Amino acid sequence: MTQSEWPLWEVFIRSKQGLDHKHVGSLHAADATMAIQNARDVYTRRQEGISIWVVESTHVHASNPDDAEAFFDPANDKVYRHPTFYDVPDSIKHM
Amino acid sequence: MQVAPSDTSALNAYPPELRQLLFQYVLQLADTSLILGHRLSEWCGHGPVLEQDLAMANIGLDLLGETRSLYQYAAELEGQGRTEDDLAFLRIATQYRNPLLVEQPNGDFADTITRQFLFDNFHYHCLVQLRASADERLAAIAEKAVKEAAYHLKWSSEWIIRLGDGTEESRQRLDKALASLWRYSGELTTPTATEKALQATGLIPDYAALLPKMEAHLAHVFEEATLPVPQGVFMMTGGKEGRHTEHLGYILAELQYMQRTYPGLTW
Repeated sequence: MTQSEWPLWEVFIRSKQGLDHKHVGSLHAADATMAIQNARDVYTRRQEGISIWVVESTHVHASNPDDAEAFFDPANDKVYRHPTFYDVPDSIKHM
Repeated sequence: MQVAPSDTSALNAYPPELRQLLFQYVLQLADTSLILGHRLSEWCGHGPVLEQDLAMANIGLDLLGETRSLYQYAAELEGQGRTEDDLAFLRIATQYRNPLLVEQPNGDFADTITRQFLFDNFHYHCLVQLRASADERLAAIAEKAVKEAAYHLKWSSEWIIRLGDGTEESRQRLDKALASLWRYSGELTTPTATEKALQATGLIPDYAALLPKMEAHLAHVFEEATLPVPQGVFMMTGGKEGRHTEHLGYILAELQYMQRTYPGLTW
């Protein structure tokens, strides 16, 4: 038998209706169907979710840590990008 | 954990003989899910991969939850003051009523999957019908358990397909598992005298009516798995009447050790 590892999958769980899917971790599985079942068993045992997405990890493209300074530091002194100069009416709950 | 409030007036409505039959049947269901749940718990920490280790522990715990509801109900039906713990821990092997299939050893992963699939295919379809039982407690227990069993069947079906239509080695192991376990599948739908009497009252499902649905699902899964359905195999029975294979004694020795050694121990 060839010793082949199952591919890695990233797991996203929606905790309730109206919220977005959040990355919760990763796991190994032979294919997408099994990845969803494994995610159900590993990540939703304590009522964490109502919906599961899985994405094969090789399909995730990440930013390069070497680019961090150029990517993220320039936002440090752009305080005007935060909408903190407005008065939010009391009746607006979820800002 | 109790599914429905105890209502002794409803129990007293049953004639004594019928109540005794129902006690025997509920005990059989409880023993079945206890023994299979225990078998699955033996995998804990030994699964082939973490994901499946958890999956088997989850299924074992589902079965244990169902077991407790059933033993509680059985204890009430018996009405002799025995508790769910007495029924689980203080009966000997010949008093256990589980079918032979569920006491078979875990073997390799293919053996465990095959045992689980053959059981799930019966368990799920039986619970679907049991939900409509005129016995409200059984119907309520089935209503809760059927969702869990639907997932168990999905899980074991997907694995049969992948092992059957997987690598050369997975196929060989699955063929071997089927060759040793198929002979225990017939007992599930072979009614005992107790089951026949209860089927006649309509309180429990008629297995003849379950068979077409079970066979259709099995045929679908085996086709995807490229497995031939075994034919003409002599079916072993007896577990539901207390005649067990040598394996049950070892299970009970481990399961009951603590209560037998330290009677009444709690923690």
